[in-house]
Parts: sequence; structure tokens; C-alpha cells
Amino acid sequence: MKLFGRGQERAAAAGDPAVAARPEAIKAIPIRHWGRWLSAAVVIYLVAALVFSFVKNPIVEWPVVWQYLFKWYTITGLLATLELTFVAMAVGAVGGTVLAVMRLSKNRVLSTVSWAYIWFFRGTPVYVQIILWGNIGVLYRRFYLGLPFTGLVAGSTDSGLLVNHLIVVAILALGLNEAAYAAELVRAGIISVDAGQSEAALSLGMSPPLTMRRIVLPQAMRVIIPTMGNETISMLKTTSLLAVLGGGVEMFGKLQLVYNQTFQIMPLLVVGCIWYLTVTTILTIGQYYLEAYFGKGFGQAETEAAEKRTLKREARRV
Amino acid sequence: MSSNAGGLAAVGAELSETIDTSQPMVKAEQVWKSFGRLDVLKGIDLEVYPQQTFVLLGPSGGGKSTLLRCINHLEKINAGRLWVAGELMGYRQKGDVLHEMRSRDVARQRSLVGMVFQRFNLFPHKTAIENVMESPIHVQHVPHKRAETEAEELLTRVGLRDKLDVYPAQLSGGQQQRVAMARALAMKPKLMLFDEPTSALDPELVGEVLDVMKDLAKGGMTMVVVTHEIGFAKEVADGVALIDGGVIVEQGPPNEVLVSPKEERTKLFLSKVLA
Repeated sequence: MKLFGRGQERAAAAGDPAVAARPEAIKAIPIRHWGRWLSAAVVIYLVAALVFSFVKNPIVEWPVVWQYLFKWYTITGLLATLELTFVAMAVGAVGGTVLAVMRLSKNRVLSTVSWAYIWFFRGTPVYVQIILWGNIGVLYRRFYLGLPFTGLVAGSTDSGLLVNHLIVVAILALGLNEAAYAAELVRAGIISVDAGQSEAALSLGMSPPLTMRRIVLPQAMRVIIPTMGNETISMLKTTSLLAVLGGGVEMFGKLQLVYNQTFQIMPLLVVGCIWYLTVTTILTIGQYYLEAYFGKGFGQAETEAAEKRTLKREARRV
Repeated sequence: MSSNAGGLAAVGAELSETIDTSQPMVKAEQVWKSFGRLDVLKGIDLEVYPQQTFVLLGPSGGGKSTLLRCINHLEKINAGRLWVAGELMGYRQKGDVLHEMRSRDVARQRSLVGMVFQRFNLFPHKTAIENVMESPIHVQHVPHKRAETEAEELLTRVGLRDKLDVYPAQLSGGQQQRVAMARALAMKPKLMLFDEPTSALDPELVGEVLDVMKDLAKGGMTMVVVTHEIGFAKEVADGVALIDGGVIVEQGPPNEVLVSPKEERTKLFLSKVLA
């Protein structure tokens, strides 16, 4: 068996007499792309005009924007928006994984129920679902805890209690909707993992659940994470639809309550946009690092990392 | 490879000590396998004894790989019986009645049978040494430290001491296949199955994989190998079978089947492969 160490290979390449020294690179006068310069100038001119017309527009009322941007009232709304986003995404991710596994199950009842759930929640607009959950008290006057069809009841509560806690309605509406989308993402991720991976794991004596947990899901994550990142960004913005419930449960709802009374519509919309853009930018950066983590073994950066680990191991051996 | 030969031979020797060589390691009795209406295996009878290397030859689609996958129960057989090390694979027999085994019992049976695949199937999200350690740690619950030492030994023996911390994507095909062999050996299997281990390799990398397999065979490992490498079969095999159309056309020692075959089908196949 011939074994080349890294150093040996390099030495061989450098000392090879058949390879001549690298010649000088070609020097030529590059083509002038006049069209590019012209189109760039036109676009800059138009964009500048657009930005100027907006920034200088008196209706935007920049002093009002600055006044509301860091107001405690806005910040508490922003915190509620963030909380709603993450709780709804957590409900969605957990529910979605359960639904995906049900959908892939050999049990026909489980896969059909999962299919029907996804069919309903993907087939109706989330805006309608939010209003539906907001009016759940009309449909059910009381909620009972007991065994259905038997008349056995452990306790019950007035549905009005739920409706008065708009945050619960919001989490239900957004989380249950998200679960349907997440289910399809997780399912696609699981299917994308090469069947040879499970076969290799099974042939090593790993049980099916262990194979799913140690081999399939970590590789599925590489596919799921980027799309889940998109879903999170999308969810952040979808929370603004909760304004329709009217209680000001999140930032946009709260801003709306203000401008409905003060008619400072434009400045407050600008405040909302600034915060949404800020948070989506931060989320995009976070997504980059998550992808790097779950992309282990696929990137080019791995070569350096491997060299570092090898050096460490060699140091330990000595 | 000669420097490593002693190493792998030692693995084989330490495994073979506990094996009764009078009982077949693999025994197939009238094994049938069909996919829908297509019969892929039509009554296979086969016996492979401990420390033997048995080579399955034949054209693509003839059923060789399917037979291999039936041996470790990756495929369920439709009729017949299949034993590995005296145990019925995938079923428990009580009187005349067969009971399907639970997946964890099947997993225990599979842990005695190593398998090497044509497309390597290394875990891409784990480094070479992590690939080798994965199963001992999570299936056999070997302590981390010991699993690491043993994995390092195995990878050293297949000539990859300087590639321990590298991900599969950074390895050549031949190197990946050698990691795959080390990974299977880490479970200390009684039997090794090879499913066309060199078919996906560049020609110049085939040798390094075959060398490891030869050392393993010399060391007394029981092996069933699906391959098109006639030279390997001649040099190493104790038994050879030609499978075509789901049946064993001819079987016997390599110097009979490969040198002076009795069946026309075998002659035709060999003339094409050796041409």
C-alpha cells in the first residue's frame, strides 16, 4: 500500500523536473463596457430620485418616526412579536415533525389524518384562520375535558376565557398553520436522504429509531434548516396579520391602534418597516451560522478544520 | 499493504477462535425472493463455511446483490429458509410456526454481519473515525475512549492513519471504501458481505481495496463477495457460484468453475468478462 503524506505529495510536485516555471500572465487592453456604465448611471439616477422623494416627503413626518421608534410602547410590541414568532415556530416545528412522521408511517389511519390536516391548513388562508380562531367562542361556548361520547367530564371552562387571552388565540392560529407547512418541509428533508444511508446504518445493527435519530434526521436537517429559516422570517411578518384581532397583541397591531386615533399612518408604518427589516436581517445572519453547523462534512472549510484536528491528535500521540 | 497484512490477519484470527468450523456460517435453503410479480431469486441453495471466502459472479440483474441483501435481512425472503451462524434470519421458529422478529432483534442479528456497499454509504456528516465509532458506541455501548482506540487501530490497519479526522467528501473512492470496511469490522462481525465493493472505483484505486479484502480473507474472516473481479476470485475464493436468472447456474471451487466450467452459461459469462 502506498501512502502519501501531505508533505510528500507537495515535495514531489515542487521537485518535478518536467514542470516548467509559471510563465507571465497575458497583458491585453480590456474591452470597455460602455453600456454597463450608462445603465448603472440611469439606475442610480432613478433610485436617487425615488429615495429623495420619499425622504423629503412631509407626510412621512420623520420626527414622529424617531419619537415612536424607541418608545417603550413600540418595544413591548416588538418583544411580543418576537415571542409570538418563536413560540409559533416551536409549535410548528414540533407539530410538523410529528405530522411528517405520521405521514410517512405505514399505518394508513395515521398517514390519512396527517394528510387531511395538511390539506385543511394549507388550503385555507392564514388570515381567515386567524379570524376563525378569534371567533372560536361563537362555535364552542364551553371547553370540556373528558372522554368524548361517554359523557364523562373532568372539568370545563368558559370559552370566553380563551378569547380574552388573545395571545393564546394567536399562538394557536399561527402555530397550527405553521405545523402543516413544516410537516411538508420535514418530510421532504427525510426523503432527500439517500436510502443507502439507512441501509448502511441498519446493516451496522442500528435499530430503525436509532437510525432515524443519529443518521437520517441530522442529514435531513441540512435540507430543512434553510427552509425553516425562511419560514421563521415569513412568520415574523405574518404575525402582523394578528392586527385583525384588534387587541394589539403584537407590534403592528399596537401601531395600528395608535394611527387609527392620530392619523399618523405613514410615520408609524415606517416605524414598523424599520423594525421588521432589522429583525429579518438579524435572522438571516443567524440562519447562515445554523446552515454552516448542519452542513458539516460538505463544505470546503472542512479541509482546514480536519488539518487542525489531525495536528491535535498527533500532539496527543507524542 | 504487506506491512498491514499482519494487522488484519490478526483481526480475523481473534474472531475465528470462537467459531465452530463444521457448521455453515451461511445456509440458504430454497430461497425465493420476488418484487411484485418479478421473481428475482428462484430457489437458491447455498452453504458458506466459516473462514471461507465465497464469490458470487453473474450478470447484472441476475440476483447476486439481492441474495446478499437477503442474507442480512435488508430484504425479506418470500419462501425458503436462511440461517446465519445457525440463527434463522429475521424469524423465530416455534414448532412449525414462524414469528416475525421485532426490529431490535433483527438489529442484533445484523450486528453480527458486516456489509460493504458498492457506493460506500459512509455517513457524510461524520469524520472517518466517527463513522467507525458510531455503531460500537451506540449499538454495543462500548465506552467512548475504547471505541476511539479501536477505531484508530482499524483505520491504521487499512492504511488511513493520517485520515482519521477527515470527512468522507475529502477522501478518494478507494479511501472511502477502506473506511467503510473498517466501519463494518468495528462491530467485530462473524461474517462480512461485500456488494460489488470495487465497481464504483477508478481502475487505479481497485487494487488498494482488494488488498484489504485479501488480507481479511487470509486472516480467516468468513466472506461472501459479489464482484466482477475474476482475478480476485481465482486468487482468494474457496468457492464460487455463478448466479443468473435467479438461480445458481454452477458452483464449485474457483479452479473448476473459472478454469474449466461445465455449463455453457458460465463459459459465455467468463468469455465476456475476461474479453
